[in-house]
Amino acid sequence: MNRRRVVVTGMGTTSPVGGDVASTWEALVAGTSGVRRLPSDFYPDLPVQIAGSAAVDPAEVLDRVKARRMDRSTQLAMVAALEAWADSGLADGGVDPERLGVAVASGIGGVTTLLSNYDTLLDKGPRRVSPLAVPMLMPNAPAANIGLYVGAKAGVHTPVSACASGNEGVALAVDQIRLGRAEVMVAGGTEAAIHPLPMAAFAQMMALSKTASGPDDDPQAAQRVSRPWDTGRDGFVLGEGAGVLVLEEYEHATARGARIYAEILGTGITNDAHDIAQPDPEGRGGTRAIQRALEDGGISPGDIAHINAHATSTPQGDVAEGLMIHATLGKFADEVVVTSTKSMTGHLLGGAGALESIATVLAIHHRMSPPTINLDNLDPAVELDIPTTARALRSGDIAALNNSFGFGGANVAVAFGSI
Amino acid sequence: MATTEEIRTDLAEIVNEVTGIPAADVQLEKSFSDDLDVDSLSMVEVVVAAEEKFDVRIPDDEVKNLRTVGDAVTYIEKAQAA
Repeated sequence: MNRRRVVVTGMGTTSPVGGDVASTWEALVAGTSGVRRLPSDFYPDLPVQIAGSAAVDPAEVLDRVKARRMDRSTQLAMVAALEAWADSGLADGGVDPERLGVAVASGIGGVTTLLSNYDTLLDKGPRRVSPLAVPMLMPNAPAANIGLYVGAKAGVHTPVSACASGNEGVALAVDQIRLGRAEVMVAGGTEAAIHPLPMAAFAQMMALSKTASGPDDDPQAAQRVSRPWDTGRDGFVLGEGAGVLVLEEYEHATARGARIYAEILGTGITNDAHDIAQPDPEGRGGTRAIQRALEDGGISPGDIAHINAHATSTPQGDVAEGLMIHATLGKFADEVVVTSTKSMTGHLLGGAGALESIATVLAIHHRMSPPTINLDNLDPAVELDIPTTARALRSGDIAALNNSFGFGGANVAVAFGSI
Repeated sequence: MATTEEIRTDLAEIVNEVTGIPAADVQLEKSFSDDLDVDSLSMVEVVVAAEEKFDVRIPDDEVKNLRTVGDAVTYIEKAQAA
């Protein structure tokens, strides 16, 4: 029996650069940054005063009563899921609910709900803690709420692997369809962690850039801080948002005449087994993840026309990813068009791999790679073709990779293909 | 001392905030669960908000006796008078 094929038939997002797929894609291709200075009263003592907040407040899009029962991470995921589900054309009973599952990830879960309820506990006592706190803050709340919305009765999953979570959501969903556990999976990831505590914690790890956060920095300077592969990079910029993809078994999709954006050819999940926070400096775990994705998809290195890199704008990680690409693609590494859309969106943590999956699918669909902005001086340790304005991708059958790596040593690579 | 109607009006605003039910529908004879579709977690939210608004204490054991809006208003009136 041939292996079941998995295709993308719906997409939705809300991101620092747009409130839906169309506006987000337009902004990415145009090279528009979503990074801004936080309001002056956000938390003045914080060493980082910039972030990629969602371009559209999800609470203004969703029904008020439903929104107040959801953590912001769930609100963002719901906005993305509403768009993806409508986009798929499955909303009118197009799939048996028992053959419909969810795999929507989060890196940190409902952290702002947890912290605001802790503030309430200290200020007003236990009687004022919300009875909704637990269903709001649990990490599977975004997946569970999406499951309720679409009526999913197969598995509803929440993979958690820090900054690789969103990509792992996609990879896990592919497995569910291949294993015959579902015909349709709603997959992706979300994050809403722009709060002083997680920001202070990431800053203490020296992971966040502290550039453009001083009292005299002009607001425009914030847009230049996320600069993957540039010699001036000094840490990532925190973003928030969600990406949701509707994945569908190929025969199921063609039988109903669905619009197919791309196929998911292969996935690779590995671990560094190196350190809880530091990436393997030679990128060996990531290399193995990419190799697995290529092998899994039966893809030759020369088939890869485009890579949406993890590249978060940290000194070590960006270089290591360049090594991975050379180790896996060999001489074809020079021909692949590489981008880091994080130069525009910042780093969405558990939402990153999902948003970047959508960017990768659209790059194949439109044959267009978004640029990497702020790349003024390419790090000499990086030998890749990284355009600073949008670049057309070649015609014919192509494949593209989306890479994500996370604390805990997690490496996830997903290979998409034109169809 | 707040009148029955003033308490009902304030309570109706709380129910509207928590559940989205129009405040005008929150009348004394209405059952929270059967008529207004207030689920158990939302009821806890309504009770806690009412405690803060009316400066009263509504013990958990009492909440199950507050079947209708009128039951709640009567309880709040008695608690305020005590």
